[in-house]
Amino acid sequence: MIKQTLDKVRKGTYFTIANLPSGVLKVQLIRIGITEGTKVFCLERLPGGTIILQKNRQEIAIGYDLAKEISFIE
Amino acid sequence: MKSEKSDLIEHKEKHPHLNIEKENQNSKLPKVVLVGNPNVGKSLFFNHLSGVYVDVSNFPGTTVSITKGIYKNFNIYDTPGIYGVSSFNDEEKVARDIILDADIILNVVNSIHLERDLFLTLQLIEMGKKVTVILNFFDEVQKREIKIKPEALSELLGVEVITTSAIKKIGFDKLDFAIEQAKVGKQNKELHEVLHNTLNRVGSQAEALMVLEGDIHIAEKHGVECGTADEREIIYIERRNRVNEIVSEVEYEDSSKGKFLNFIGRLSLNPYTGIPVLGVILVLLYFFIGDFVAQRVVDFTENTIGKGYVEYYIKAYIAEFTPSEIKVTLLDENEELIQEKTYTFTSSILEDAEKFSEFKSFSRQPNAEVDFYFPNGFVRLFFGEFGVISMTITYLIFLLLPLVMAFYFAMAMLEDSGYLPRLATMMDRVMTKIGLNGRAVIPIMLGFGCVTMATITTRLLGSEREKTIATAILQFVIPCSAQLAVIAVLMSSAGFTALMIYIAVIFAVLIGLSTTLNRFLPGQSTPLLIDLPMMRLPEMDNVFKKTFFRTYGFMKEATLWFFIGALFIGILEVTGILYLFQDILAPITTAWLKLPKETATAFVMGVVRRDFGAAGLFDLSLTSMQITVALITITIFVPCIASFMVMLNERGLKEGLIIWLGTWFFAFFVGGLVAQIII
Repeated sequence: MIKQTLDKVRKGTYFTIANLPSGVLKVQLIRIGITEGTKVFCLERLPGGTIILQKNRQEIAIGYDLAKEISFIE
Repeated sequence: MKSEKSDLIEHKEKHPHLNIEKENQNSKLPKVVLVGNPNVGKSLFFNHLSGVYVDVSNFPGTTVSITKGIYKNFNIYDTPGIYGVSSFNDEEKVARDIILDADIILNVVNSIHLERDLFLTLQLIEMGKKVTVILNFFDEVQKREIKIKPEALSELLGVEVITTSAIKKIGFDKLDFAIEQAKVGKQNKELHEVLHNTLNRVGSQAEALMVLEGDIHIAEKHGVECGTADEREIIYIERRNRVNEIVSEVEYEDSSKGKFLNFIGRLSLNPYTGIPVLGVILVLLYFFIGDFVAQRVVDFTENTIGKGYVEYYIKAYIAEFTPSEIKVTLLDENEELIQEKTYTFTSSILEDAEKFSEFKSFSRQPNAEVDFYFPNGFVRLFFGEFGVISMTITYLIFLLLPLVMAFYFAMAMLEDSGYLPRLATMMDRVMTKIGLNGRAVIPIMLGFGCVTMATITTRLLGSEREKTIATAILQFVIPCSAQLAVIAVLMSSAGFTALMIYIAVIFAVLIGLSTTLNRFLPGQSTPLLIDLPMMRLPEMDNVFKKTFFRTYGFMKEATLWFFIGALFIGILEVTGILYLFQDILAPITTAWLKLPKETATAFVMGVVRRDFGAAGLFDLSLTSMQITVALITITIFVPCIASFMVMLNERGLKEGLIIWLGTWFFAFFVGGLVAQIII
């Protein structure tokens, strides 16, 4: 189980969120349903690194700079 | 982990909760507030409950509009869509204040996104408010073979749960029940005990929760210390865990997990198809706004109705009381001159009956253009070429109104279809290159409608730094719809090369400006984080309502500045100062920009309204390269008075003035540079 940052996630894989950056963004992530330990799916990686996650029926877009601060385990 | 039951207490009013909401002096009617996440269909419930008579106003100090209506014996309030009650942005602050003041809360929940939406629900319940949960989109849930048990949810939350499909108007009959039966739900016991410690000091359970969750504004109001970020995080994580537990108890999904295909939604976010989808949307927008409305509709409203009838009859009526000189030119279909006649009346248009009737029949022919000149300066101030009354009516009602309306209509369609957040996501990477994030496409796009409105919308951006960059881009390089229309007409006569030079120069300025600001402004920009809503067909009812209210709000704001601007220019013209300016600016205009000295008038007018500036170029005979230089200069040149005032208000005096003066300098600098090369 190697921790990696979210900007390196591969499209079409399931993974578990390991760490979120602290602060306001963490609180906002928790509100919409992403916490440490949440299982999510990488739906799309846009050119330039914007990541689109899928959690059940929900789709969440995460900018490259934020993705670099989130870590996950596969 | 303790069992769910022991953590929760059945909340009867056994102890005092000091609800401030009870003593609202102004309006005796209880306040029913609709609360929900973005895109849950709240406004459909609001529209149903409030009927036709809706009061829309701006929340004090913000641009967030609140809608209020009356239903039976209740005041009904709509609130902006939020993911939780807090104060991360203006919309949340507005929603928070209305919620704190509410008697009854109707919490609209998107049944398809229970996991996301119930976070807000639990928070509302923990605030100690009387709540009823409305599970909307319930038919969609059934269609997708998701099983939700409303009774179980109601049991767990301790409040009533009703199911609806607002789009199909199913379940509206249960709303009376929802309002009457709203009650205080089951509380998290530990949290509730902590809340009671703060309660005596802040007055209500709801405010106590806000203080505990670190809301500085509420804490300051009561002079208490607010919770720390860590405390908030703990509360949030606990709430999130409880939401997940509840969802696992009330929801089952039969179909393969989460494989619902949101087809267009996906296409618009795919690296290969996303750009074509955007392209198609832009082309449709161009045909609708740029071609249909800006050309055809405006040509009819401005020339046929505005100039041909309204202005003609107003001026002809005025000419009954004052001397006038009227030039009538008759053009054929190719705009070639057929005949030209000038009628001079020394006291009144009615002084010579024969001349008057000849003028009437000659000037009312199709393709006749009529120019009234009034020698009396005072009359000219109000009814002349730049007359306060004549010009304001034509520009405002017959040019700007159709454009602004079309623009807001298109924006509402994009907004309600769920495409805008996807566009923001697609554009995110490009925008981060210039120090913004994807969200900034919204103010920038709005800027093509009206820079003033767009400058206000920069508030939705996450940091001061981003607001500065976006405001500077808007004020420097984004032409508003009124100006765009004029630019389009002039450009079509200047040709393709001219257009390419224009676009390249403006684009270069955009890149240069934004990368410089990104490099030298201190601080960091915020990264993108968006919950993407489902794509769906917009509700036309709602789209029309939005279009109407926004257009109305804009016109209300703009009219005053238009009058002031027109008066200002009118006085300059009548007193001859306008011509003085031409002489003062002559060295710059003729030598540096290589344009005729009359172009200066266009610049002076541009200070008032951007499109006045561009429109001033119509009457000059310019070569196509001169048009290019003039348009580049005018585009970069100062924003209109209205957006200048708004910018001062938003960005402060110092920053506002720097941007404003910067546009003066850059407009002439860049314009001149181009002129030296191409003319």
